[in-house]
Amino acid sequence: MKIHEYQAKQVLSRFGVPVPRGEVAFASAEAGDIARRLGGDIAVVKAQIHAGGRGKGGGVKVVRSPQEAEQVAKQMIGMTLVTHQTGPDGKKVGRVLIEEGLQIERELYLSIVLDRAAAAPVIIASAAGGMDIEEVAASDPDKILREHINPGTGVIAFQARKLAFGMALPAPVAGKFVKVLEAVYKAFVETDASMIEINPLILTKGGELLALDAKVSFDDNALYRHPELKDLRDVTEEDPLEVEASTFSLNYIRLDGNIGCMVNGAGLAMATMDIIKLAGGEPANFLDVGGGANAEQIKNAFRILMADKNVKAVLINIFGGILRCDVLAQGVVAAVTELGVPVPIVIRMEGTNVEEGKQILRDSKLNFTTADSMGEAAEKVVALARR
Amino acid sequence: MQGLTGREGTFHAKAAAAYGTKVVGGVTPGKGGTRHEGWPVFNSVHDAVRETGANATVIFVPPPFAADAIMEAADAEIPLAVCITEGIPTLDMLKVMTFMNGRRTRLIGPNCPGVITAGQAKAGIIPGHICREGRIGIVSKSGTLTYEAIHQLSKQGMGQTTCIGIGGDPLIGTSFIDALTLFSADPDTEAVIMIGEIGGTAEQEAAAFIKRTFNKPVVGFIAGQTAPPGRRMGHAGAIIAGGQGTAAEKMQALMAAGVHVVKSPADMGAKMREALGR
Repeated sequence: MKIHEYQAKQVLSRFGVPVPRGEVAFASAEAGDIARRLGGDIAVVKAQIHAGGRGKGGGVKVVRSPQEAEQVAKQMIGMTLVTHQTGPDGKKVGRVLIEEGLQIERELYLSIVLDRAAAAPVIIASAAGGMDIEEVAASDPDKILREHINPGTGVIAFQARKLAFGMALPAPVAGKFVKVLEAVYKAFVETDASMIEINPLILTKGGELLALDAKVSFDDNALYRHPELKDLRDVTEEDPLEVEASTFSLNYIRLDGNIGCMVNGAGLAMATMDIIKLAGGEPANFLDVGGGANAEQIKNAFRILMADKNVKAVLINIFGGILRCDVLAQGVVAAVTELGVPVPIVIRMEGTNVEEGKQILRDSKLNFTTADSMGEAAEKVVALARR
Repeated sequence: MQGLTGREGTFHAKAAAAYGTKVVGGVTPGKGGTRHEGWPVFNSVHDAVRETGANATVIFVPPPFAADAIMEAADAEIPLAVCITEGIPTLDMLKVMTFMNGRRTRLIGPNCPGVITAGQAKAGIIPGHICREGRIGIVSKSGTLTYEAIHQLSKQGMGQTTCIGIGGDPLIGTSFIDALTLFSADPDTEAVIMIGEIGGTAEQEAAAFIKRTFNKPVVGFIAGQTAPPGRRMGHAGAIIAGGQGTAAEKMQALMAAGVHVVKSPADMGAKMREALGR
């Protein structure tokens, strides 16, 4: 689960990571009040969306008075921000963060993610902060420092010092960096984060370290034990169909194409998208109905699939293991009868109770196209979508 | 069977027994001393191992308790633990991986369909009726895509030795390399189908391993060639992040290692026939 920058800073701050003073505003009038409360000569207004690259897209502005803060907030709230991470449609800005302006001496990079191969969290730090870290990794790999953390010990002070001196931080600041890193690691472990990225972590002219930007995402599988974090979810940042699918325990991701797919199993669902593309079509979605889907879930899956108006044809690819083909067929027949699906449907079923499933489809007298293999199914559905 | 008394545990214990697996009992803490579907139930894995001599366990415990169940199995020194459970928090698995270090238990999974040796036994949920005895091994991150591969092989008249679903989570007990090492040592396995997914670098590591030491033909497929970056495609591990873990780089690494890589998931069986020169 992704959260906004201002929420990430609140979470980090709770664990002792220093962040700039600031507050979030949902309306422009609030923005002026916040700037007034912050005082000082300059403030920064930052659009809050779940995507990076906001500065280049016009989503971060320096302001010099509360009036200007209000004005800028007015422009930003409601605007659609397009960055290299939002896709061409962009994202609508619903809230802005107003923060104190700071005198920056240096910009550093700090993040924690899981290193799968090492089966350990890894700290990544760099003196080249404020830039896209992937670009730094490509152009200047020596500037990227890594330190694996033993889950039994957590961050050991010497590891933090190694990173601090590796970034050429002066001794008093290095001491502060140790504290910051310990706090960030604590936040990582105690919130079940899947990623914490602070870019940049700034050193102010006054010698303080602060998280000027922050990106935090949480492990969806662990949210059950963090009810306080669940409330940070902003569903307006997500596709409404994806939100609805998640309430039925369906794994649905909307894509740009026109061929809807319904598949059991994540790997087979991805492979089905691949084969549609190989046959010259474009998948409209990823949809894994899971291993234990019942007729009701199949119906909901169908409804969500068809709510995407781009869908011109549907491919159902099921390999029955635990999910029986007859149950799937019943669900599909019920859904099509009830919802009156107006587009061609290609069904490929294999595995447990496949003959019973095919019989149910035939008996329904509904107009399904069937296929005996994935390849044949993909070709048929692509041809039907073109018509 | 850890979690034998649950709905899924019961269903799959029966299916495994019907396939020929010697199911000797279950573990459900608090229900020790009772019987379930004729099988004895124990409070702990230690008790179960002592009383029955079990040498493998299949874990059907819900996600919040699954890490505990795996570590209990490892502490009882059971040689094989297969964890089917989907949705275990990553940090729980981090503890498991640390705990398992240096212990003798092999963990398969979590979030996997388990393992089946065609015609002999299974520890997991792979439907037995789709398998045929033969000489091809399968190792895969995906469940239903494994079934697809089995089906394609059977249609080509080729059976299987053992099929191992290693799971699609970021942290798993048995890697592609572990499974390939086992297949390498198995005289009955003539060739292997390896099915990977976007996310992580396990396929690239496997490719390096194959290039170095693996001498049997390998047919490879990577799911997620069309997946957009930054979106988690179902499995917790299936995500292209920071430009890493794409299908293209994995396919390239495998091809460079001499693996017969297919672009289409429909071609796995036919490609194997071709690779074996039949």
